[in-house]
This record gives sequence, structure tokens and C-alpha cells, in this order.
Amino acid sequence: MAVTMGQAINAALSDAMEADPKVLMFGEDVGRLGGVFRVTDGLQERFGDKRCFDTPLAESGIVGTAIGLAMYGWRPIAEMQFDGFSYPAFEQIVSHLAKMPNRSRGTVKLPVTIRIPYGGGIGAVEHHSESPEAYWAHTAGLKVMTPGTPEDGYSLMRAAIASDDPVIFLEPKRRYWMKSDAELPVETEPPHQAVVRRAGSDVTLVAYGPMVRTALDAAEAAEDEGWSVEVLDLRSLAPLDTAALVESLQRTGRVIVIHEAAMTLGMGAEVAARLQERAFYHLEAPVLRVTGFDTPYPPAKLEEYWLPDVDRVLDAVERSLDY
Amino acid sequence: MNPNVSEANELLPPDEPVHLLDPDGTFHEDPEHPLELDDDQLRELYRLMVVTRKVDREAINLQRQGQLGVYASCMGQEAAQVASAYALRSEDWIFPSYRELGAALVRHVDAVGLLQLYRGTWLSDHDPYEHNFALMAIPIGTQALHAAGFAMGAAFEDNPIVSMVYFGDGGTSEGDPHEAMTFAGVFKAPVIFFVQNNQYAISVPLDRQTAAPTLAHKAIGYGLPGYRCDGNDVLATYAVTRKAVERARSGQGPAFIEALTYRMEAHTTSDDPTRYRTQEELDEAAKTDPIARMRNYLTQRDLYDDELETEIEEQAKDTATTVRAGIYDAPHGDPMELFEHVYVDPTGFFEEHRELLRSELAEGGEA
Repeated sequence: MAVTMGQAINAALSDAMEADPKVLMFGEDVGRLGGVFRVTDGLQERFGDKRCFDTPLAESGIVGTAIGLAMYGWRPIAEMQFDGFSYPAFEQIVSHLAKMPNRSRGTVKLPVTIRIPYGGGIGAVEHHSESPEAYWAHTAGLKVMTPGTPEDGYSLMRAAIASDDPVIFLEPKRRYWMKSDAELPVETEPPHQAVVRRAGSDVTLVAYGPMVRTALDAAEAAEDEGWSVEVLDLRSLAPLDTAALVESLQRTGRVIVIHEAAMTLGMGAEVAARLQERAFYHLEAPVLRVTGFDTPYPPAKLEEYWLPDVDRVLDAVERSLDY
Repeated sequence: MNPNVSEANELLPPDEPVHLLDPDGTFHEDPEHPLELDDDQLRELYRLMVVTRKVDREAINLQRQGQLGVYASCMGQEAAQVASAYALRSEDWIFPSYRELGAALVRHVDAVGLLQLYRGTWLSDHDPYEHNFALMAIPIGTQALHAAGFAMGAAFEDNPIVSMVYFGDGGTSEGDPHEAMTFAGVFKAPVIFFVQNNQYAISVPLDRQTAAPTLAHKAIGYGLPGYRCDGNDVLATYAVTRKAVERARSGQGPAFIEALTYRMEAHTTSDDPTRYRTQEELDEAAKTDPIARMRNYLTQRDLYDDELETEIEEQAKDTATTVRAGIYDAPHGDPMELFEHVYVDPTGFFEEHRELLRSELAEGGEA
């Protein structure tokens, strides 16, 4: 039976709450409504309104109280309803969630998971389509995970909740309806490892979250041109699996990083920097980046011109191979 | 009509702050705030204030001597801090800002450890779970949410403990305390928002923070009762806090307390308060000193004599000496510790940076 990524994440939340009575799920509209994307559907019915509950509309409050709840001994999962609304919680995440375990010399543990649906492609209104991953990946003390498949939607979610370190869990909202035949529960590779989704020999596409599907589509289309394209799914943005990046580069000699987030100082910049530092002589061409433009996220009718798609990726593959 | 409207007046603060002790030590009976302290407790409150002031002064001296990078004094606020912390039970939690030496000493938090933040050895040096005393928070007011979340967590499993968060008049302008009061009100979390209104946020006076009649009037906006007390009156502060704490413990929800006090010292040792307040103002404030007031009261009650004075002075001096020695003897700090506590499971992070520092230390002959 097919399961969507949204359903897989829902199942992971449910199974984690079943397995550990200390796990709490809260945020705006996650209780009675089951979340605006229905990712928390049924949790309040099943576990009661003390384990899955609606909060006031206050994102800093949601994260700040999650920290207090974790200090008490709960294992909170907090939802930011949309990427663009995680910013009011920025201070709590950066100044406390990320730093308190270190400040306390390890005496305070904060096993908090912050779920954030992110990215565009669903025709949403302003502030509902952002890709804030670089802010979190830049912040020491946080782990950042993002699934590109329903299987990882389940398995990475379970890993995030089980983690004794705080995790920013970025859910690619345009892929909530992506289907798989996976049997749940499923345990995929360890969360800090990147995974080769498709093997190839000419060029590596590095992608994560919503762009994994785009990269796979591009790799398939590239076959018609006679190009053998590898797709590496990062899965974890912090830590970043440098070894897997280097290994893939050693196989193909060419790397293109794809993300929705704007180019400047995005994950692509970090991947390119690490590869030239560690595997300079394996590079047959410069590392290219296929990303959103360095502009604010566009209005819905214009997002198709902004988001990286198969054509833009194939153009980059051609440039890399022609270099 | 919302049925809660009829109860709104009960949430408003009294016209005058609760005040039991005059500066000359005269005690005023207040049937709503009976004195529930025995003689030993009264002397203990006094002792804690004296020790706090002595250690506070020692910390300022240590900064002047280059032993601390900076220090935020609580001089003048000893009654507000000591009495409020003393009104809690040991299982209750305290979420301090960076100026809560008095509250920390009530909890027997080692001052040497506390001062590591200001020395720059590490960012803290006490186990919060040992003293139920959270780390000092520097970003203003942010710790209010931690206190609210903690109290929610306790209430979820009917654990009758209370959390208390300290912030200041400036903190009431930040967003997080407001979100914290919203959450606390909605979830009926047993948390006390204890505001020391010391009149200044660095140089900015209270009238630039709010147009509210008093800070305590803000509480009604969140469904919390707003209380006010003379924060330089250790007995009034104790009585008001105790009432709010036991009210919260019995499941009646959070409360807001505005303790009126005055920061006698600079904001921190880096600040120059002569640029924004006058000597006359300081002289006026000194007349309301919380320690002299309590000594006058104890003397009138025949609870204070030369013997006690000597004993307390000796204890304060010993504590200050221990702090001084502890700071002088504090290790410089282990550079490799930079990597130790960032993650419980650091797999995949900063391995190369750790090796880089290790090799730099080895080359420098330090490792």
C-alpha cells in the first residue's frame, strides 16, 4: 500500500509517542485540526491533549517553552507552521536551544525536535515558501535533517526524536504527497550519512529535501543525452557528510549542487568549498550550483521561473561536461 | 460578555506597593500579608543580604583587579532577590538573569562557579539540577519562556513545584516575557514572573520602557494577577512572593510581581552611570537601603546584637575571601573543552577543527 511522505512523518510521530511517554507534540493547529498539512492528524485523538496540543500563536514561545519542557525532562517536538514563521523563534533557537548544552558543560540536555515545513512549489502566498536551512546549518549546537523520500520521512523523524541533541527537522512541503511502497516502520541509513540515490559515472548531482526528486528526474532525462548522472541525497545538512561527497566526486569528477535556497552562502557554497579543499585534483570541472535566485522568494505565479527545475539542472550538467 | 470580565479587577495591582518596613525599621501590620517568619528566619534573611553585598563588592573588586572581565552588581537589590528566592521551596526552580547573585546564594550556588561566566573561564560552572537554579541568561527576558515551559512540564504530571523567573524593568519591553505570560496564563502553569524594577535598563529610565501605569498593570493582559511590593523591604517582598508562590502551587495559576528597587551600582563594571543619573538621586535611593532597614527592625525586636553582628560580618568576610581565592586559583580553562559539550553525539562535526587545535597546542608545548 502506498504511503506519502506526510503519512510517513505522521506515522513516525505516532510511533515515537507510543514508544516513549515523554514525547510531546505541540504547535499552532497541530491538535484538533491535525496540522495545516495534516501531518499531526490523529495524534491528539490517540494520545490526548496533554501529549499533543495547540499553543498560542507565538513561535518564540513555542520554542522557548520547548526548551523549558526539555529541561524538566520531556522530549518535545515543536512545529513551526511554515518556514517563514520560524524567524520569530530565531533567538530562542540560536541563543538557547543551540547553546545551552554547551554553556552548561553538558549538564543540561535539550532533546528537542523543531519541525519546519519548508520550500516552495505549492503556489503559496508570501512567507510560506522559504528555505532557511543555511541559518540553522550555520549554527553550532544544532543538527539539521531533511528527508527526500517517504522512507526517510519516517526514519529520519524517528532519529531526530531519539536524538539527545536538538534537531531542526526540515520537511519538504511540496513532497508531502510523494508516494512510496515502503512498509512502515522502516529504518534507513544512519542520519548523519549522505546516500547515493542513483549511481552514475559522469557527474554528481548533490541535492536534499525537495530537490532530491528534481535531481532524480534530471538524472533520468540525462540518460537520453547519454549522460550517466549520480544523485547524492545529503539527508543531513549538519553535520555534512564530507566523506560521501568526496567519494562521489572521485567517481564522477564533476559535482553540481542543487537547492531551492538562494545561492549566496547557501549549502552549495559549503559543498563547493569542502570539495576543493579536500579533493582538488579530482575536479574535472568547477563545482556548479543550481539554486533559487539571489532575490526574495517570488509570488506564486512566478515561482516556476525561480525554482530550480530539470531543464536548469540539465543545462548545468551540460556546462560541467563541456568544461 | 466574557464571564472573566467580572473578575478583571482582581487582577489589577493595588494602588500602593505592599510595604511592611519603614527605613527606620518600624513595622506595619498588614492583615493580608501576615509575618510568617520565625526569629531564626528573620536573622537568616538579614545574614543572606549581608553576605550577598559583601560577595558582590568582592566581585567588583576582582573586576577592578583584572580577575573578572566584567561584572553586573546587584547592590541595592539584595532584599528583592533574597526574599523572593527564600519564599520558594528547595524543589522549586529559579530561572535567573545575569544579576541574581542574591538568589543564587540563597540556593547555595557556589559564587566562584557563578563568576566563571564573568571571568571567561567557561560560560557557567554549576549543575542546574543540583540547585534547581538554571544558568544565568544574558539575552534579556528570554529565560521567561524556559521558566514557563518548565512549569508547564511540572503541571503536566501534577508535580507541585513552582518556577520563578527574574527579569527587570527593561525586560518587560522584550517580546519573550509577554509570550511566556501568554503561555503561562493559557496553560495555568505555576510560574512566578518576578520583576525587579530597578529603574534603569543600563542608562534608559523606566518612562522610556512603558506608558503603563505600573509594570504590574501589564499582567492583566495575560490573565495574571499583578502584585507590587517595596522591593527594598525584605519582609514585604517575602510576604507577597510567598502568597503568589503558594497560590501557584495550589493550582491557581501564574502571577506577576513587580518589586520596586534601585540599582545602586553601575549596570556593569563597564558602565559609567554618572552620564545619566545624579549624585542627589543616588543619595535619595541610599536612604531606602534594604540592609540598614532590616538591621533597624531586628534591633527593635531585640534580635540583633554585637555578637550577631560580628558573627555575620565574619561569615561574609570568609565567604568573600573564599570567592577571592577561588577566582585567583581558577584554572585558565582547557582549550580542548571547546569541543566537549556542543553535542551529546558529535559524530560528523568539527573533527578537523579539534585536530587542528590539538596540533597547535602540541606545537606550542601546551598539550
